[in-house]
Amino acid sequence: MNINSTIAKTYIFSNKKLTAVAVLGVLLGMSVYIFMNSLLVGFDKSSNTSVFRNTSHIRVYKDDEISKVLVNDTNENYLIINPKVVPNNNTIINPKMILETILKQKEVTVAMPQINTNVFYNNGKSQIAGISVGIKPDEANLMYNIKSFMVEGDLDLLKSNPNGILIGSGISEKMNLAINDNLNLTSSKGISRTFKVVGIFKTNNSVTDKTKSYINLSASQQLLIQGDSYITDINVNVTDPEIAEKVAKKLTQITGYKAEGWKQANETLMATNKMRKMIITFVSLTILLVAGFGIYNILNMTVSQKINDIAILKAMGFKGKDVIRIFVTQAISIGIMGVIGGVIMATILITFLKRVYLGGDIGYFPIDYEPQKFVQGIVIGLVITFFAGYMPAKKAANVDPVDILRK
Amino acid sequence: MILKTENIDKFFHDPNEFQVLKNIEFDVKKGEFLSMIGKSGSGKSTLLYILSTMDTDYSGKLFIDNQLTTGLSKDHLAEIRNEKIGFVFQFHYLLAEFSCLWNVMIPALKLGKLCEKEIEQRAYQKLEILGLKDQALKPASKLSGGQQQRVAIARALINDPLIIMGDEPTGNLDSKNTDIVFDIFQNLTQNYGQTIIAVTHDEDFAKKSDRIIEMKDGEIVKNIHSR
Ligand SMILES: Nc1ncnc2c1ncn2[C@@H]1O[C@H](COP(=O)(O)OP(=O)(O)O)[C@@H](O)[C@H]1O
Ligand SMILES: [Mg+2]
Repeated sequence: MNINSTIAKTYIFSNKKLTAVAVLGVLLGMSVYIFMNSLLVGFDKSSNTSVFRNTSHIRVYKDDEISKVLVNDTNENYLIINPKVVPNNNTIINPKMILETILKQKEVTVAMPQINTNVFYNNGKSQIAGISVGIKPDEANLMYNIKSFMVEGDLDLLKSNPNGILIGSGISEKMNLAINDNLNLTSSKGISRTFKVVGIFKTNNSVTDKTKSYINLSASQQLLIQGDSYITDINVNVTDPEIAEKVAKKLTQITGYKAEGWKQANETLMATNKMRKMIITFVSLTILLVAGFGIYNILNMTVSQKINDIAILKAMGFKGKDVIRIFVTQAISIGIMGVIGGVIMATILITFLKRVYLGGDIGYFPIDYEPQKFVQGIVIGLVITFFAGYMPAKKAANVDPVDILRK
Repeated sequence: MILKTENIDKFFHDPNEFQVLKNIEFDVKKGEFLSMIGKSGSGKSTLLYILSTMDTDYSGKLFIDNQLTTGLSKDHLAEIRNEKIGFVFQFHYLLAEFSCLWNVMIPALKLGKLCEKEIEQRAYQKLEILGLKDQALKPASKLSGGQQQRVAIARALINDPLIIMGDEPTGNLDSKNTDIVFDIFQNLTQNYGQTIIAVTHDEDFAKKSDRIIEMKDGEIVKNIHSR
């Protein structure tokens, strides 16, 4: 072993208490960092999962238009006072072709027309207002992973039964509905129709479960007294939700219809996530930094204590960089011990919390071992330790042995 | 010529400007035992630290082993010290957490010319010369003052330096230990051809050495060969 490392090792082990305090600091900082950031990922994942049960990555629809000047090839200035939304109908013209164009994009995984209809669910005397979503079962399953939150019945029955309906568990409880029961729907156009319950789902979002149902696309069109070319929305999923906004921009250009990414459609949720991310990042980094200060302080103390040693080592021919190595080695060793301890501690914490059942919309504590956060924590921890050690080491390297030895 | 100075001047600027060394010019031959005496504050330590290459803030020239060291980089000077110069101070400056043996080994491990086993053997030899072989594995902090000073001397000898410099190396020792250290130094110069430059307050010590340089107010006032 190199003499610099030997000296570093001796200093570490000769002052076990100080070393232990510094290691403990890093250990705590490290475990809190990994833990909190894994929790953050967990929160985001669980919030995204529940978002994507109801929302596609991109929604393509016809936007309302504001009345515009019709003549634009004159020098005259036309002024429209009090512009109004043009009373256009908001259907997508030639939806088949648009759908094909969208599906040709390589980022797109699923695209599906969808019609959301406001309805009343009627069963005997009880009535609930809600939304019935007209879908194509296979595509919808790919998009929302509906089968994963079915509690009874089967989504595929919707295909064979044009009058089938999938209802939320809240509706089923409130109206006392079971599989194969009949349920009457009244649309905003006044059309009334009876459906047969073929499945019940539970998303853990209580509002959704109390209001939402899935029916066939054609049934939706009939409820609205429209033909089978009546499409208001095309929903699109892409390979990675993070690129949704980018692809949406492209789709707007290609199709001429408004395409909106899920982040834009869920601005409040995104803002909440962002705030949570900022707070957790700030707090966890601060804690790591405090651990860094611990190392800095303790090494500063060691340097002051060992100032005579440093002077005689330099007199005997140790260079500035040797002295730096001695103290940085010390810092890094403390860092490595702390990081290892921190990783173990974080793993234990996560293992424990993963099993805690919270209930409600959340279920189990939304945390998992996030390898990326572990790596991030380890890297940041070691970088901070390095600098926390480097500063006192630099000071030690600049000690002028003459000043010390002549006293 | 193992060491030579040409017209060395040094100033301190703090708290006020004053010239601490004036036109220092002398040389030292290989195997000489040289004592430096003079009243307190006459500049002996200041001169010794310049000769040691640790203090580079001076004007004039310093040659060690026929090499001009003035103006060399700090790292280069560190290498020269490691290989060619051994130090003994009034205080021992041993590393408290290491055994005597390790303290002696450290400069040789730094030099890196021999493997650890060989260095250990050499360190035992040096400790034996200084009568400390049985103390080798004790922590340095557990020894008496005289023993610690002898360990420091063993450490100064480990790389067989050309020159051993001492700033009042016997300043903290009783007369018995002072005699032991003197005999070791004399033995080194006479039998191993090593050179000693020692600042001392001890008249007897100085008188027994080969040459005395006396300093006064930053100048060399006497340069006496006693033998
Ligand atoms: N760092 C310093 N700054 C200013 N003056 C100093 C410094 N070190 C020593 N001196 C002064 O230089 C003179 C010589 O000091 P020194 O070489 O230690 O003398 P000696 O070793 O002969 O007793 C003294 O007057 C001392 O006060
Ligand atoms: Mg002095």
